[in-house]
Amino acid sequence: MARRFVEINRTTTLGTLALGVVVCLTLGTLLVVALRAELGAAPDSGATLGLIPRDWAAIRFTLWQAALSALFSVLLAIPVARALARRRFKGRGVLITLLGVPFILPVIVAIFGLISVFGRKGLVSQGLMALGFEPISIYGYHGVILAHVFFNLPLATRLILQGWLSIPAERFRLAASLGMGSRDIARTLERPMLREVIPGAFLVIFLICLSSFAVALALGGGPRATTVELAIYEAFRFDFDLGRAAKLALVQFAMGAAAATIALRVAIPQDTGTGLDRAVTRWDSTPMQRGLDVISISFAALFLVLPLSMILMNGVPGLASLPGDVWWAALRSISVALGSAALTLALALPIAAYAVRRGSRLIEGVGYLTIAASPLVIGTGLFIVIFPFMRPSDLALPVTALVNAAMSLPFALRIIAPAMAQVERNYGPLADGLGLVGVTRLRLIWLPRLRRQIGFSLGLAAALSMGDLGVIAMFANPEIATLPLQLYRLMSAYRMADAAAAAVLLLGLSLLLFWIFDRGGRADADT
Amino acid sequence: MKKTSLVAGALLIAGAAHAETPVLQVYAPDYFASEWGPGPGIEKGFEAQCNCDLQFVTGDVLPRLLLEGERTEADVVIGLNTDVTARARASGLFAPHGQNTADLTMPIDWNDDTFLPFNYSYTAFIYDNTKLEAAPTSFDALLSLPDDIKIVIQDPRASISGQALMLWVKAIYGEKAPEAWDKLAPKVLTVTKGWSESYGMFTDGEADMVLSYITSPAYHIIAEEDMTKSAAIFDEGHYFFVELAGKIAGTDQPELADAFMNYVLSEEFQAAIPTSNWSFPAKLADDKLPEGFGKLAVPAKALFFSEDEAEALRKPALDEWLAASWK
Repeated sequence: MARRFVEINRTTTLGTLALGVVVCLTLGTLLVVALRAELGAAPDSGATLGLIPRDWAAIRFTLWQAALSALFSVLLAIPVARALARRRFKGRGVLITLLGVPFILPVIVAIFGLISVFGRKGLVSQGLMALGFEPISIYGYHGVILAHVFFNLPLATRLILQGWLSIPAERFRLAASLGMGSRDIARTLERPMLREVIPGAFLVIFLICLSSFAVALALGGGPRATTVELAIYEAFRFDFDLGRAAKLALVQFAMGAAAATIALRVAIPQDTGTGLDRAVTRWDSTPMQRGLDVISISFAALFLVLPLSMILMNGVPGLASLPGDVWWAALRSISVALGSAALTLALALPIAAYAVRRGSRLIEGVGYLTIAASPLVIGTGLFIVIFPFMRPSDLALPVTALVNAAMSLPFALRIIAPAMAQVERNYGPLADGLGLVGVTRLRLIWLPRLRRQIGFSLGLAAALSMGDLGVIAMFANPEIATLPLQLYRLMSAYRMADAAAAAVLLLGLSLLLFWIFDRGGRADADT
Repeated sequence: MKKTSLVAGALLIAGAAHAETPVLQVYAPDYFASEWGPGPGIEKGFEAQCNCDLQFVTGDVLPRLLLEGERTEADVVIGLNTDVTARARASGLFAPHGQNTADLTMPIDWNDDTFLPFNYSYTAFIYDNTKLEAAPTSFDALLSLPDDIKIVIQDPRASISGQALMLWVKAIYGEKAPEAWDKLAPKVLTVTKGWSESYGMFTDGEADMVLSYITSPAYHIIAEEDMTKSAAIFDEGHYFFVELAGKIAGTDQPELADAFMNYVLSEEFQAAIPTSNWSFPAKLADDKLPEGFGKLAVPAKALFFSEDEAEALRKPALDEWLAASWK
């Protein structure tokens, strides 16, 4: 009993600490920016709640595009995940790894990849024109949704696939021996699983799209595609109105919080029971199902791989002649990525454990805060705090790693928390009875049982950090640059070919990091 | 024990030597101080004569300076332009530059004693002369191009070149700017956050024209020996875009800062500008320009708003652009 008490205490302390870091980084920086705002700035005429009509239009557009993007990503991901869960084919592992790529691409690289396929002079338009049809246009609201689906379909697929793979093989065995057909399996096993997984996946993607900005603007065809994040940027750059920037950032949080409340209420946790980690075998395969699966997988592969191939084709020729500074920046980026991945896990495990112990959705929800945060506000807030004490550029890399970790935290939580809840349901009482606490519990229960989830989270966090410009631009000096920053610098020096090559290097390194961690996690589970 | 004190002594001496080299901190935009901008050459050139350590600090220069306020460690700031200098001046952070600007080689007279020009260009639309044969020769002609000629521009809310376009249109069309935007709108392929995305879309062939600077073709001519990129020259004139340096009043290195302001107008600095910042130097005789620059078409007329005019026009002009583009 006393042991259990100590364990609860430790979970609470560590969890509270991790949550404190998250709150400081998000709401804390927001508060700092708001306090620094010049007081008495006169609000524009026609303002409601201090927001001008244009801000309200931005809020409407932001919510609308985020909801649609999340909806389409999840809807399309279900058949793809189902197909990947029940088919075994050559290259399946490679495809699953590649699925991680669009999500971790730097925005600017992804935009060019998409344009080379769906743009005016892209593959699709050229193909259509060769056949005598009208070319398509990617620019407009549909372009924004298309881009967001490109980014997030893979993530949705992975999250839903995790759900499928978490159903123990024994269940399918039992279903087969009971003579269940596909429809019965869907009703008794798959739909309850989807009910638990989908709201979370929807929420995460909704939140990602909430703070989208450069993609929405470039593919949205103009200022009609103004999101709240762009309005924040405008307040900073165009008006230097920190008060309005802080207010808009708060609006962004409120939208995220509202979405989180709804999604987490809809999700129903369910218990799939324990298995012996056998490979899943399905006995309910029909020709029509097989056909459907082949179509789903081919569609996803084409949609994701084509833009990536175009990025590769554009950049590979320039790789050999890349300036040496770019390689140094790559090394720096790798160390930031590794640090960021470790930090992500150091935040995610205590928060997940705390949330599971308390059975509290709110705790998990706080962990999601960072995704709705504006990187610009976080960066500025940290800058204001650090500046009086030391040179911001001395902290450029650690701060970048920390902010990147905070940005990856929601994904790690989404991946780890449900699995940890299940592990605790299945093994928690036994572990408590045996007095497995602290590091022992981590080593004997969590690490082995959550290996796949931890590997995926680490891979995602490392790769995300690799590709994200983050706050480095605000803290860097010319000598300290990460690879994404070098990419931008090359572009602004007209060196588009070098930039394309740097993009390939970035892509390759992100993928490598992702693959090492993710593969490490899946090594035994997926054979 | 003896060894320890020896090391400590050596460290002390090293520290003292380090302290003897004064540091000049120059805030500059990222593109300016990067390996591929003018920064490294300027650092080398100035350090060779100043017996000091020039350190660039990169980022959004003005927002950063405003955030830091009086406590800023900047001694000199480089890379501002007239569309933001009203706010920079109002901050009270700047001291007079102390340079003689009577003999600059710019198309307009310069009387500002706070902000010192170091290079200039004009906003212009760049096109591929092998694909677009009849390039427009006026802004009116641009507006009357068929709608399937696609132009990519930058958002004035996030980009300084986008803001320059906004003021360019205002300078030509004044009250009639909304109608001009209306006519331009169907030709605008898309609006990007920054110059880089736009320019990349143009070089990829996705857009027929891109909002950039009149000096952009010089990069292609000199660095790539590519003659296919040209700037469309308009009869109405082009918006004059000048980049400026300023000395921080509270600098702890006033002499060094003055020496740097002096260096900015030196021939060494000015001669480095054309092929590193791809702009016209503010003070350099035409015959000292690199050869490729002689091939550039230059507008007959420079359109220009003083910083007060620009500051007053910024918000209403943005509202006009947004209203027209939102339809």
